[in-house]
Amino acid sequence: MKQWIQHSERPTRAGFGEGVLEAGILNNEVVALGGDITSSVGLDLFAKAFPDRFFSLGIAEQNAIAVAAGLALGGKIPVFSTYGVFAAIRAADQIRVSLCYNRLHAIIGGAHAGISVGPDGATHQALEDIAIMTSFPNMCVLSPCDATQARLAVLAALGYTAGPVYIRFGREAVADFTTPELPFEIGKAQVMNYGADITVIATGHMVWEAIQSAVTLRNQGLSVRVINMHSLKPLDEDIIIKAAKETRRIVTIEEHQMIGGLGSLVASLTARNFPVPVFSMGINDHFGESGQAAELLLKYGLTADHITRKILSICK
Amino acid sequence: MDDQNLKELQNMSRSIRQWIIRSLAEAGSGHTGGSLGLSDVFTYLYFKVMKHRPNQPDWEGRDHLILSIGHVAPVFYSTLAHAGYFHLDELLTLRKLGSRLQGHPGKDHGLPGIELSSGSLGQGLSVGVGLAISKRINNNDTCVFVVMGDGELQEGSVWEAAMSASHHKLNRLIAIVDRNGLQIDGKTSDVMEIEPLKQKWESFGWKVLECDGNNFADLETAFDKAISNVVGPVVIIARTIMGKGIPSIENDYRWHGKVPSREQAIEFQKDLEDL
Repeated sequence: MKQWIQHSERPTRAGFGEGVLEAGILNNEVVALGGDITSSVGLDLFAKAFPDRFFSLGIAEQNAIAVAAGLALGGKIPVFSTYGVFAAIRAADQIRVSLCYNRLHAIIGGAHAGISVGPDGATHQALEDIAIMTSFPNMCVLSPCDATQARLAVLAALGYTAGPVYIRFGREAVADFTTPELPFEIGKAQVMNYGADITVIATGHMVWEAIQSAVTLRNQGLSVRVINMHSLKPLDEDIIIKAAKETRRIVTIEEHQMIGGLGSLVASLTARNFPVPVFSMGINDHFGESGQAAELLLKYGLTADHITRKILSICK
Repeated sequence: MDDQNLKELQNMSRSIRQWIIRSLAEAGSGHTGGSLGLSDVFTYLYFKVMKHRPNQPDWEGRDHLILSIGHVAPVFYSTLAHAGYFHLDELLTLRKLGSRLQGHPGKDHGLPGIELSSGSLGQGLSVGVGLAISKRINNNDTCVFVVMGDGELQEGSVWEAAMSASHHKLNRLIAIVDRNGLQIDGKTSDVMEIEPLKQKWESFGWKVLECDGNNFADLETAFDKAISNVVGPVVIIARTIMGKGIPSIENDYRWHGKVPSREQAIEFQKDLEDL
């Protein structure tokens, strides 16, 4: 079993910000749009480095998305980031028509994804963004597992010119455990741990939890395959079907509604290709609430321990 | 504008209207009233104001036209065809399966001259803002024209865009509001009052010009002023008559989204001959 070691604890939004800065250095056409929460979503690094390529648009997400479309029409590569609830949900029609229907290359950062946003509560916890964003044609949806991959996701998005890219990331400091050398390829998921008894497909912060669970279960004689599904659209269908065939049971886990999220994507794909039981872990048709991140993850059953118990109940 | 010039513009807008009627009667659905009302504005834009090359639609030196009210696609398509972007006969494929002339402009279907797929109201001005910013970064002093409806101004996102255009002092951004006073449910003043319109735009930091959108001399004055403005964004509130050119349907809001039957279309063509 590959050993994943936490080398630091950082919020994924920090990696996003570093990625945007780097994208700006690599490509002069990259511009960024601010929605008043510039530093909170990691765009302050870019804004300081490239003041002439940063445009403040205030608290007006619908406008910002369509302005991004105009910039892309004019040959720029716009990056707009705000909380996922405001980007993916408030401005959904602008994303659908002005960006997706026009196949315009823009990078949208969906910050504060998941229940681990914590004390801000339900209005600020994006739990439906995957469902909405993956349903739009021409849209690419990424959900990196840690700060290192959040940075890589931005750089991958920079090269993905077929349309807009939505990158989902979280608020809290979490384990940073991948390395920059690990290739981050859109549409290609990563097997973090090879196993034969059951597969856990996780996305975002839940990948680390899944790895921890696999370590625990290994000591109990169970071999758990862990897949980091950082690319939700295009979805790595081959790796999922292969897992279905080889391990016959799949658990999915995400900080998102079970309706329309990773669990739905995996269940519908396997149902169409190689039906196996899919056990979804996520938010079960419920709004979030205030609390510390750790308290909320515990309450809503999104920890390594919950995965372990789920797998033991399935494999008993 | 001399008489010769005026005559040419009038003949062009008449032909654009005739083809709007032909294409809509053939399609069996679509938006007649607004398309006829805007025919003079489109004629003036494409034959007098805009820098563009129909044989080279992606020419870098062109002005951009963003059609925010996608439902007036018939006047847009008829104008593009008259300007030489594609053959007039193709106008008869409007709204049919496999046509490049979608019900609302869809770039994916390959019609030359479309800058942006549109149809959901309240987005075009924002796209114009982004485009104008990109031109400024590139030291490109061409213009961005955004055509909007008056009912569309009820969308709150329009005012987000208006605020951002003046904040960023985008002087090459020119919005045109089709002020025909009507929308699907009736008069804008009954459905949702948008007046005082001039003061609204002014308070959002825009220079406001008002004109008769069915009068070429008036359009000339307005566009000359708009293009020479160097301070910030300009909006031209163009008063138009919905259904202009067909006396029996003029100013009748029921013709927003209704099309003539084949028999009516013949009558309408006669009306246009007399225009």
